[in-house]
Amino acid sequence: MVKEAELIHQPMKVINIGIDSFIESLKEQGVEVIHVDWRPPAGGDSRLIDILDKLEL
Amino acid sequence: MASKKELIESANKKATERIIAARPFVVDVKPAIEAVAGMKENLVCHAGPPLELDEMVPSFKMAIFGGIMWEGWAKTPEEAERLIRDGKVILEPNHHHNGIGTMYGITTPSMPVFVIEDKVHGNRATANIREGTVKALRYGCWDENVKRKLGWNRDVLGPIIGFALRECGGVDMVPLMGKALHMGDDGHNENRAANLLFSMQLIPDILKSDYSKETIKDVVDWMNTDSRFVSTAEMAVCKAITLAAHNIENCSVMTTMCRNGTYTGIRVSGLGDQWFKAPAPPVNLLFFPGYGPKDATNDCGDSCVTEVAGIGALAMAAAPAMVQFVGGKVADAVNYTKEMYEITTMKNTNWTIPYMDFEGCPIGIDIIKVVKTGMTPHINTSIGHILPNFGQVGAGMTRAPLKCFQDALEAFAKAVGV
Repeated sequence: MVKEAELIHQPMKVINIGIDSFIESLKEQGVEVIHVDWRPPAGGDSRLIDILDKLEL
Repeated sequence: MASKKELIESANKKATERIIAARPFVVDVKPAIEAVAGMKENLVCHAGPPLELDEMVPSFKMAIFGGIMWEGWAKTPEEAERLIRDGKVILEPNHHHNGIGTMYGITTPSMPVFVIEDKVHGNRATANIREGTVKALRYGCWDENVKRKLGWNRDVLGPIIGFALRECGGVDMVPLMGKALHMGDDGHNENRAANLLFSMQLIPDILKSDYSKETIKDVVDWMNTDSRFVSTAEMAVCKAITLAAHNIENCSVMTTMCRNGTYTGIRVSGLGDQWFKAPAPPVNLLFFPGYGPKDATNDCGDSCVTEVAGIGALAMAAAPAMVQFVGGKVADAVNYTKEMYEITTMKNTNWTIPYMDFEGCPIGIDIIKVVKTGMTPHINTSIGHILPNFGQVGAGMTRAPLKCFQDALEAFAKAVGV
């Protein structure tokens, strides 16, 4: 098992979820990054999310 | 008792199965007054959802005025405008008459239209006939050349094609368009394969007509010259197909989508004929030389009925060469199709994509999935100049505005008791 102190000194690997503007700055720093194209349902609009929830009952 | 979700899924399945079961044939070409449902002697049908004259961009107004002058109801655009404002000429969307028209979609009583008949469900749809490329009435051009071509369509092209269609008993379009997808068409802006297949099927019957060899040569030449001659018939096929899915209770599948440079409008199967409109978006265009963004109208035309029926941008993986016309890379064409599986209900076994191991095209755009994912339908399209008499300025890609779907979802929720 890797100790926490050792983990910090290993190369960073990042999974970026959602906002893709973080990817470029990580890449510029040589960080290995995988992007997950995710966004909240209905763009986070609570009124529409409420409707969607009720339609899925 | 079934849950809301089960009711909606069952209705959506029924709608999509009806779309896939539809079997539209192109059966005739007739004057609009005889063939367009509810056509009147003083009616001009146009593209997109309803809008007022003062909401139209200048080239759209000229297309309307041109249609009125073509019918001989007015001699000048000013006279034509007066007839509209006095209520003597009526303007209505093509979709209110089970018709479609490309770009501004002008359809007047004497214009010839393709007649499409769904042999399974009995629905009929119509589409106007293109009168050339770039400079045409549908782009708001009005000059001697446009008038000459409209006259030729009415007096020569329409009657001969109508004769041939009646002679052969109609052209079965679902297998033809499926084959065309395998040959590199997308069915919206790339139609060369369907055009070839349609022409080859009709030419033997065209040759049976009593028209002179010279006239027949002109017609066949035209079917070759306008590589998208058949495109409006394909669009009316899509209209007939989507009619089969319209007006199904609890169904959240979109059955109409269209634009007119001012608005994009959609209709939903379970919500009848109610429109949900939002400002038409700009198109990310590849411009013809000499034109730029300030020249272009926003998204326009009834032609995106193809996307509603699961082809066009939804089938761009079948037509990768199209990116040379609308911009982007081949991978983009494939991704447009892949993304659309996220917002559709089924894969169309009639229309498949070779590059994707003959996966069915995504079909049945579900407004619930659109709002949930925020992914609206991709659309590939031509675009005209915002001013009259310039014509087409380019082609490109856009997406339907999310607001139409959000508003439709709210109405749908009320309709199903949520």
